[in-house]
Amino acid sequence: MCNHYHPLSTDTPKLLDATFTRRRFLGGMAMLSAAASVPGFVGSTSEAYADTDWYTSSKPGVPEGRVLVVVQLSGGNDGLNTVVPFGDDNYNRARPGIRINDAVKLDDADGIGLNPALRPIHEMIGQGRAAVVNGVGYPNPNRSHFKSMDIWHSAKTDEKEMRGKGWVGKALDTAYPLDRHGNAPERAGMACVSIGNEAPMAVHGSHVQPVAFQSATAFQWAGHGVHDAVSDGYNKINQNKADADPADPLAFVQRTTLDAQVASSKVRKAVQGGTETRFPANPLARQLSMVAKMIRAELPTRVYYVTLGGFDTHAQQANKHTQLLTQFADSMKAFYDELNKTGHDGRVVSLAFSEFGRRLRQNASNGTDHGVAGPSFVFGPSVKHGLHGSYPSLDDLDQGDLIHTVDFRSVYADLLDNWMAIDSRRALGAEYGHLGLFAKGKRA
Amino acid sequence: MPINPSLSPIRDADFGPAQARHLMSRAGFGVTPQKLVEWHELGLDAAVRRLVDYQGVQLGELEPADLDPDVIRPYTMDERREAGIARREKDQKTLDKLRRMRVAANAEDRRMHAGLQRWWVERMAKTPRPTEERLTLLWHGHFATRHRDVRDSYLMEQQNAMFREHANGSFADLAHGVVHDPAMIKFLNNDQNRKQRPNENLARELMELFTLGEGHYTEDDIKAGARALTGYHFRDNDFHFVESQHDKGDKTILGYTAPFNGTNFVKLLLAHEACARFIALKLYRHFVADVSDDWDLLDSGTRQVVDDLAKLLRDEDYQIKPVLARLFKSRHFYDAGVVGKQIKSPVQVVVGTIHQTGAPLRNDRAIATALRGMGQQLFEPPSVAGWEGGKAWINTSTLFMRQNTCAYLLTGATPGKAFKKNDVKYDPRSLLAGFEDQNAKAAVDQLCDTMLGHHVGADRREPLVRFMQERDKGVTGDALVALLLLITAMPEYQLC
Repeated sequence: MCNHYHPLSTDTPKLLDATFTRRRFLGGMAMLSAAASVPGFVGSTSEAYADTDWYTSSKPGVPEGRVLVVVQLSGGNDGLNTVVPFGDDNYNRARPGIRINDAVKLDDADGIGLNPALRPIHEMIGQGRAAVVNGVGYPNPNRSHFKSMDIWHSAKTDEKEMRGKGWVGKALDTAYPLDRHGNAPERAGMACVSIGNEAPMAVHGSHVQPVAFQSATAFQWAGHGVHDAVSDGYNKINQNKADADPADPLAFVQRTTLDAQVASSKVRKAVQGGTETRFPANPLARQLSMVAKMIRAELPTRVYYVTLGGFDTHAQQANKHTQLLTQFADSMKAFYDELNKTGHDGRVVSLAFSEFGRRLRQNASNGTDHGVAGPSFVFGPSVKHGLHGSYPSLDDLDQGDLIHTVDFRSVYADLLDNWMAIDSRRALGAEYGHLGLFAKGKRA
Repeated sequence: MPINPSLSPIRDADFGPAQARHLMSRAGFGVTPQKLVEWHELGLDAAVRRLVDYQGVQLGELEPADLDPDVIRPYTMDERREAGIARREKDQKTLDKLRRMRVAANAEDRRMHAGLQRWWVERMAKTPRPTEERLTLLWHGHFATRHRDVRDSYLMEQQNAMFREHANGSFADLAHGVVHDPAMIKFLNNDQNRKQRPNENLARELMELFTLGEGHYTEDDIKAGARALTGYHFRDNDFHFVESQHDKGDKTILGYTAPFNGTNFVKLLLAHEACARFIALKLYRHFVADVSDDWDLLDSGTRQVVDDLAKLLRDEDYQIKPVLARLFKSRHFYDAGVVGKQIKSPVQVVVGTIHQTGAPLRNDRAIATALRGMGQQLFEPPSVAGWEGGKAWINTSTLFMRQNTCAYLLTGATPGKAFKKNDVKYDPRSLLAGFEDQNAKAAVDQLCDTMLGHHVGADRREPLVRFMQERDKGVTGDALVALLLLITAMPEYQLC
């Protein structure tokens, strides 16, 4: 439990002692060893960014403390059994073995309800902290998991334009441009945290790269545990004075080494201890409780990326799908409850998406095959709650598949422009209309 | 001090241990202290010849990749007939059976692909011809093809063998090779490039990424080039020219008009003045320095070196061997502004650590995972543009991955898991066998010389010397493992 934690007002966020920069890191090291010398470059970079600098953006009124959490539901979530068009006979006829008969009705929608496993999200919608975006997809849909996920990650439908870079990475490239020596600002070092051993393409930028780890204990040098005296030596070899030339590759590696150690200390310190809310025992909740703790510790991280897999429900899907939706809904509820208790919910918006929905007609194994458009979810008290986008027609299908009503990139554009205050045209390489997820949105 | 741009050779007398070490870390994957002595004693000419002109070096016990050519195969006549009937008659049972066959073949292919990745790492770790593998890796990144799209590991292996066959030969053979290569044809959809419906994918990348670079051709050249490549398909595992799908009409490419085919098209590209410079810069970025891939952004000294290499490449009919030999003997290559300034690729981190320390390869699946985490999955470059390289390899996340991969190779330790002494299974004392001085300082210097470079000074070595002097039991295997752990965790170790 966290006894020493004092919730902060969401209106005037302040930093806790978590501000741990290269300078402080080295300062701490200097106390350990009288021989420590502070690299020349540290003075200059630290002066350029005051310790609290990351919290205030150059855009007035847009605090950089705003956080985006992306929840990837991998495998192709069956959108039709998630946000259920129970009032439509087409639905009931097409899914005799797996239709949801007890959907929880939504207030402002006729004949549409949530899968009962999503009750916690239904509740969050009622409390004004969750929204459903219907019919999200893109033109000429691709039904391969890989390819469709690549499209969602890169925000490009043409493979040739992807180049291994993702929408989050490119947005953070835009937010943290390189200096004239080709070096990224210190703050870019942990602008994005991706939970998992391998970061998805979405979070890879040209120079802003994610911090990726499965568990925080793994995010450090593995040599520490191997030999008694080796840690002291490790600290010494990594603190020596750096080359002053900012274009020098050795200086670049030395700087990044320090950034990595700072990030590692921050992350491991942040995730220590418990939460005030009881999180359910499932893989998504485990990741989100870590994220909640990192947000509470006010890490300079702008985007967190987590994943829940298993949505590829080709056979006997009812139980499996209910289980997955329960994990998803319970975890999101616990996450926002925790953020609320620690006073940070106001600065956190989350997007949950899947690479595609599934076909309207169930298959012979009481499962569903790869389809196209599906619902996304957006969470946070700052979001206009309820339903966005119109539900795709079940009469007008394209070869048995729903036709998308919302381009996923207009969801990204809205989140980037109106929440993250990052120019979506630069991040996405094109201009997309906004969906109106935020009250003050432009280009809605 | 500006870097000497001269490609004239250094004097034999100036080829000292530091130069031999630099040569080995760039042309190969680095050396152990004993091997360094041998390479140094060869002298500049013989050392460079042995590295670059490696065909005479016996390969020894390297295993072939040995993949099943039919892992992904088209239907047999019988199966095709069966599938046709089943589709017509909506025979769900037979269709399901055929689908299961396909799923099983793909699963087997993914297993073979993982095996192929492990095979290459092992080959690089064991080969007595390091430059051959460095070049094969260069061509893999240059003609970047992804298994994920090709989905046939046998074709990927065939392509890899083609790159290796021509690795130090003529770039012209490589360029002609890729337009006839089934993996590339499949990857860039040239099997869909037909007379009536041209597909521009291969033609475009051939100009943009493989030979000329952006700005040296027009969209019309791409359209015409695509027509020249129509009918360049493959059947089973071999190139297959489908004459009926080939457009035999006149095409205008780069100002020349004739009924060009794919081979003529490649010849036109090779004759273009931009091609030699494009390839010279590629070689330079692979072996010399992390400079921009845009010639216009280079400083004047680097431009001069690249253009001298380009001229040599043209004079030598695109033969790689003489160009590398000239480069690896040059004043420019051994300049202090070049030595220790290049960021290692993840493959260099893994394979180099093995070459320099004799550490065991350990669990090869863990190595594949580590390479993926560090951003260089073999046979899976991020896109047809290959790996960006240089600074792009290093960030807060990959840096720990790089340090920890070394720690894993040396000790078997992984972060977040309890470490067991019994897992080390590696004794580095043999690294120093035969050297007279075996005290703490001598051990540090021997290992720093090879692993970090002679240019890394006493002030940087001092914490290591102190660490070794503080070990009560002296220079034990255990202490040396710890020393190697520290050396591989130094920022200097990320460079070569």
